[in-house]
Amino acid sequence: MNDLLEVEGLTKQFDDFLLNNLSFTLPKGFIMGFIGPNGSGKTTTIKLILNMLNRTSGKIKVLGLDNVDNEVLVKENIGGVFDSNYLLDNWTLIDVEIALGMLYKNWDKNKYMSMLNKFKLYPKKQVKELSKGMQMKLMLACAFSHDTKLLILDEPTSGLDPIARDELLDILSEYISDGERSVFFSTHITQDLYKIADYITYINNGKLIYTGTKDDFINNYRIVKGDIKTLTQEQIDHIIGLRRYSSGYEGLIEKGHLRLFKNELCENVVLDDILVFQSREVCNG
Amino acid sequence: MTIKEIKVITVYVTVITVITVITPESEVNMKIIISNLSDAPIYEQIKDQIKSAILNGELNENELLPSLRQLSRELKISVLTTTRAYTELEQEGFVKNVHGKGCYVLSRGSELIREQIIRDVESNLSLAIKSVRKANISDDELRKMLEVLMEVFDIE
Repeated sequence: MNDLLEVEGLTKQFDDFLLNNLSFTLPKGFIMGFIGPNGSGKTTTIKLILNMLNRTSGKIKVLGLDNVDNEVLVKENIGGVFDSNYLLDNWTLIDVEIALGMLYKNWDKNKYMSMLNKFKLYPKKQVKELSKGMQMKLMLACAFSHDTKLLILDEPTSGLDPIARDELLDILSEYISDGERSVFFSTHITQDLYKIADYITYINNGKLIYTGTKDDFINNYRIVKGDIKTLTQEQIDHIIGLRRYSSGYEGLIEKGHLRLFKNELCENVVLDDILVFQSREVCNG
Repeated sequence: MTIKEIKVITVYVTVITVITVITPESEVNMKIIISNLSDAPIYEQIKDQIKSAILNGELNENELLPSLRQLSRELKISVLTTTRAYTELEQEGFVKNVHGKGCYVLSRGSELIREQIIRDVESNLSLAIKSVRKANISDDELRKMLEVLMEVFDIE
């Protein structure tokens, strides 16, 4: 079994939103970034993986097992970190240990205590007394205390300062370093996380736009900037998210169309650029 | 742009990852520096630096490169990026990947790089000759120029 997470033809129909036929796989030992603008269906997908929503159709397998048929076993192996924490505010961190220890068969109390120690979390503190960054670390500590194979993070970095984000990177790299575990995280910005991601899955408006290696994804695009007077119709047809301003224009192009832009400035992109220009293209119609 | 914004940008600009990688088995002390601003992709930066480490003797024949996952973790970069750097080094004949053991430096690695550099030098010199012919400068003058430049370079 090489793929820790397999999603095939996943569809969820809401009254006002459709997650349409989403497919991707995350191999063992790697980190996948799950990106897309707000409201594109990222959290819906994660809720479907965790069986917090019923899917309309499609398949989800975690460690080769169907996530609904084998829900308990699957969840023993998944650790989750979310934007807001799921623990009761007036619990102390010791209460957290007692509560989760009852839920997970493979819960390891010593591991939990040593994680608290490592993350400098004081066991007698209450959940509500923790800062945002500490709450994230608490959720990570919980996830690591029941020997998970797959870590799912939903917008883990929103509201974190750069130091906490950097610490998260370290923790994630360490988590996958034995090659046996994988990380699936959704996010919409944060440059630093993009550096360590091996794979990218990009959705917009409920549809899959790209899934594959991050390097291929980034390398496939360039930003072009030039003089509006020399802009031809053929060029316009191949520019994604064209923006004109008084002294020139800018837009995103695919590498294959570079030959059309020999006299223009073509720059490498970062992931944010692709998202911004693609969304602008959708708005431009 | 406000002064504060400019400051933020300068801070970003100066961020460069410097990491000394120490492989546990052979205790190689190889330096790899990743620039976030360079146009060269990260895998290429890794490749180039391993090549120069082989050439200048920092890495010797049969020495083990740091493991893929160790290097990725320390540089905080994607495992696939490091994999690509190592795969291309192997394809070009500098290292040998032994499954389950790691990546070894091959004996002909440094020879290959030397050849590559000689080719680069030759093509650069050819460019100089081309320019000289265009401007009707004599061959002796060109030799003189080269000698002067070499002297200046050595002094610097």
